[in-house]
Amino acid sequence: MQLALRALFLLVTCLGLTSLPAQHEGHDHGDNADHEPPHSTEIHEGCADGHGDYDPAGVILHHIADANEFHFFGDLHLPLPVFLYAPGHGLTSGLSSMFHHGKSAVDGYILNHGRVNRLADAAPAALMDGDHDVECIIHKVEVNAKGKEIDKYYAKISGQEYLLNAPSVGDGGLLNGGITNFYDFSITKNVFTMLLAALLLILLWTAVARGYKRNEGQAPTGVQSLMEPFFVFIRDEISIPMIGEKHYRRFQPFIMTLFFFILFCNLFGLFPLMPGSANVTGNIAVTMTLAVITAVVAYLHGNAHFWGHVFWMPGVPIFVKPLLTIVEVLGLIIKPFSLMVRLFANITAGHIIILSLISLIFIFGNNGESVLGAGAGSVVAFAFTMFMNCIELLVAFVQPFIFAILAASYIGAAVEEHEHEHGHEDSHDVEHENLNDGTPAYA
Amino acid sequence: MGALGAGIAALGAGIGIGLIGSKATESIARQPEAAGDIRSAMILTAAFVEGAALFAIIVGLLDKLI
Repeated sequence: MQLALRALFLLVTCLGLTSLPAQHEGHDHGDNADHEPPHSTEIHEGCADGHGDYDPAGVILHHIADANEFHFFGDLHLPLPVFLYAPGHGLTSGLSSMFHHGKSAVDGYILNHGRVNRLADAAPAALMDGDHDVECIIHKVEVNAKGKEIDKYYAKISGQEYLLNAPSVGDGGLLNGGITNFYDFSITKNVFTMLLAALLLILLWTAVARGYKRNEGQAPTGVQSLMEPFFVFIRDEISIPMIGEKHYRRFQPFIMTLFFFILFCNLFGLFPLMPGSANVTGNIAVTMTLAVITAVVAYLHGNAHFWGHVFWMPGVPIFVKPLLTIVEVLGLIIKPFSLMVRLFANITAGHIIILSLISLIFIFGNNGESVLGAGAGSVVAFAFTMFMNCIELLVAFVQPFIFAILAASYIGAAVEEHEHEHGHEDSHDVEHENLNDGTPAYA
Repeated sequence: MGALGAGIAALGAGIGIGLIGSKATESIARQPEAAGDIRSAMILTAAFVEGAALFAIIVGLLDKLI
């Protein structure tokens, strides 16, 4: 009886606490432009900051995007350094707190929903220098030449509306991006979290290395024994089977770095507050960089056999060879591309699912109007979110493993040596050496 | 159209992972002492299959955004 009461009390407390961090931010935009004829739809009339309909899509996209400050809850923010460069205007730097959350424009830069935007070039030159007060930021949905709906933001300064530009992105115009009138080199949430992950990696593994030096010839202690199973697992399950006995040592540090960096970034993305609360591996630029680095490492170490197989595959009939050349050259690009998309999609999909489940609370509670609805929503959302978070934890561990094992397999294909020219019947399973001969695990 | 494509992709993922699960359980039933190895192989393969389905979901998203 005691146990049941305690369990019930714990359950009710947890459910109540779940709704606490899920605070609504006070700015929202009802997106009712779906049925409108093609024209610009203003979401807020003037600067009226009323509670419109809850917009789950906007909230979710805002949370998985990068930002120039950390937002805890309500009005509590942690500002981050900003470095902004506009051709012709020079470098503007400072802390993102100088933008006062979108209330002031510094050198024409305004903080829009946590992200730095700049007044488009059409704005008067006087506004591009010094501090100005911004009344509000207006969100409009416009239809462009191709009939697509685009979100545009306008800053209202002294009663006039000026178009805002997002930072330049290198996607060539896809996804409404492209080069705009400024470049954002700031330390954003993602950059900060990546640096934090790197620092953690350095601290952790130098501690392990120190431990090995100290315990020469003895059993491992402390953090050594914590990390040694990881190291041995990666060496015995990933590096040796994929790269081979002869060459794996050169690449073992790289595979380890890939695995742990992606793992730490994934785990940071699952944690709701700072440190964490940054969607690092769900950012396609980050995963693209990791894939490019992997491709460069693999192809730099490609030996003659590898390139021979790519461009002129031996052991097949002559009329098939040109076809295979095309396929293999495309494969050189597609394999790292798939690495990039796989990690990005897995992590982003997980985050979107969890954010959607939390949004259920606001949808049921009608954006704060119905307490009973919010309560019922909390119960439902709590159950599903706990379940999804467990799956996300599994994904956070499995995805680095998959990235590492595929990277190792590409490297292994590049450094593989063939004793005979034709056929690919060499089996790639390497017998695991029995390493109980006193070889230290770190060698 | 993109949403329809993404939904069909989820179908593919469901079938694929269902097959993996069913074969894995059968194998464990045949040889219970290999359960650990089979479980690891199952999770690894499931992640690959899910990756393929997520490619299709990304394409579905691109359809809306481009």
